[in-house]
Amino acid sequence: MNSRHSITARMLLLLVLLIIGWLLWSGLFKPLLLGLGAFSCLLTVYLARRMGYFDNEVFAWRFGPRLFSYWGWLAKEIARSSYEVARIVLNPRLPISPQVFEIKATALHPVDQTMLANSITLTPGTLALDVHNGVILVHSLTKSGADELLAGEMDRRVAALRED
Amino acid sequence: MTLFIDITSWVLLSLGGAFVFIGGIGALRMPNLYTRIHAASLTDTMGAILVIAGIMLQAGASLATIKLAAILLFLLLTSPTASNALASAALLAGLRPDQATIAKPEPDQ
Repeated sequence: MNSRHSITARMLLLLVLLIIGWLLWSGLFKPLLLGLGAFSCLLTVYLARRMGYFDNEVFAWRFGPRLFSYWGWLAKEIARSSYEVARIVLNPRLPISPQVFEIKATALHPVDQTMLANSITLTPGTLALDVHNGVILVHSLTKSGADELLAGEMDRRVAALRED
Repeated sequence: MTLFIDITSWVLLSLGGAFVFIGGIGALRMPNLYTRIHAASLTDTMGAILVIAGIMLQAGASLATIKLAAILLFLLLTSPTASNALASAALLAGLRPDQATIAKPEPDQ
């Protein structure tokens, strides 16, 4: 579905969203600011087109409300691992056991794999170093953090977002 | 009710500040670049979430709250990208994560 038609539709949709964003954030309707806004929005769309941004399906409509329940789960994970990392930092012995390992992403779409890698990085204590052919290279601060990620709950949840 | 909101926002701001501070300590205490990124991620995830949530309670139901929510969303989307760029650059420059740990001096020296 990478026809010229759908690319144009995506570009127009992004342009409309950008213009709404500009008007909402600034709340000013002077000609100079409106002109600058129009210029910025058009320039953004042009640059995004040059970067090949519209060649993929960029809007994650298909995730729907499941995305919000995933964010809720992720927020809980962030809170828990932040507490763990804060305890390690404040421990006088600094009990770290850095690990590097690979996990396989079940989700196949590049956007989904990016989401998994970014979720790993967002969670303190684990850091995605590289994504290549669906294999994510992860650096973990502790062995327990590595074991938790290797158990694969985050991977399962990201893969489940795409199921229809 | 105002008092309750003020207390909640005060608690959120203090906790957020504490996480930013602990992240700073961690960035100093950790032995190498990769482990320092872990400590720094305390500030740009948990610290940012708590501080912005605290300010949102102060701003109340207004356009400012929506703007703060947008700031938080963009921050949470871009900060892992920045961490990833930093770690990838270190990896490409040849800093091996398994060999990068510098031996710590004995605490009683």
